[in-house]
Amino acid sequence: MTASVDYVLGLADDALVSAQRMSWWISRAPELEEDLALANIGLDQLGQARTLLSYAGVVEGAGRTEDDLAYLRDDRDYRNVWLVERPQTDFGVTMARLLVLSTYQCELYAALASCGDPTLSAIAGKAVKEVAYHRDHARLWTLRLGDGTELSHTRMQAALDAEWPFVEELFEPVDGALVDPSSLRPAVLAGISSVVAEATLELPTVAPVVGGGRRGLHTEHLGHLLADMQHLHRSHPGATW
Amino acid sequence: MNAVRGAAWKIAADLPDPELPVVTIADLGILRDVTEDDQGRVHVQITPTYSGCPAMETITDDLVEALTAAGYQHVDVEFVLAPAWTTDWMTDDAKAKLAAYGVAPPGPVALQLSVRCPQCGSLDTRESSRFGSTACKSLWVCQSCREPFDHFKAH
Repeated sequence: MTASVDYVLGLADDALVSAQRMSWWISRAPELEEDLALANIGLDQLGQARTLLSYAGVVEGAGRTEDDLAYLRDDRDYRNVWLVERPQTDFGVTMARLLVLSTYQCELYAALASCGDPTLSAIAGKAVKEVAYHRDHARLWTLRLGDGTELSHTRMQAALDAEWPFVEELFEPVDGALVDPSSLRPAVLAGISSVVAEATLELPTVAPVVGGGRRGLHTEHLGHLLADMQHLHRSHPGATW
Repeated sequence: MNAVRGAAWKIAADLPDPELPVVTIADLGILRDVTEDDQGRVHVQITPTYSGCPAMETITDDLVEALTAAGYQHVDVEFVLAPAWTTDWMTDDAKAKLAAYGVAPPGPVALQLSVRCPQCGSLDTRESSRFGSTACKSLWVCQSCREPFDHFKAH
């Protein structure tokens, strides 16, 4: 059983775009250890993105490499969800988003590890152990900030509220999916809810946005992110160091 | 341990890890297999500790260079992901070398999450960050001798 190109690109682009956003924190995190942590999390995501993009190129069968797919596609050809593409310059938002994304990816990769596609199984079997670490990290910060001072509690709740409209898009159907996204919803929401409750926060009740990332419809932010990420490769084709 | 392996395996197995030069890629369990066909072509399989491990490209270059220098004309290096690498692939010898180098090796963790300080041996240590200088390590500090140290994460 083989996944569709769009499905594999969705997995890859979530990881790639998230890695790019995470790299913004390098040199800006609140403490040195956090700088290293966020860089490492971004690096894990980038590693996952690379193997997934390479595989998307194989499934597509048109000879495109991971670099072709990362650097030479426009925003309309990206298949990531809106959750990962918006800027994250607030630490609480970064942790709320990581909590959502890593909880989702833990369930997703655990399910994919036993799907019928041997390559995706191998990638997922590797990645699931890495994203479990990301989830732990996000959980610890959510607890510390949520159950911290009045100010940290207020800001963590605001961060969670800001990210919540983008959760539902993770569960939208995708043609050629090997794991039905909607099947992950109960476990993901239960996982997030327990951390939120433990952190003395409240699960937001805001309505979901109508995303469209899996169909190539994006917010204005993705184009800016890609301009930054792709500039060097497009200006100097074949550049290496 | 690898008495039945060929000459190419020995060359590959002796390569030091770029980040942790006291141990070899075989010690760490990164080197999976080395096969030679009857025309002298060498096929090497390596696996990353973490998906994003940036040392993989250096290791690939080092493998090609070492094997080419030893006279093998055709060397190709393949990345394999399954079965996923875990710290169980690391040899006991590697763990001892890491400890001597000042990196706490992965090992059985007691009920209380404690890692033995590689400097003074104390178990009174605490994790200061789950992520260290590379993806495969976390940062710890010893409460007895006050030295910070890296811990190779059990995985």
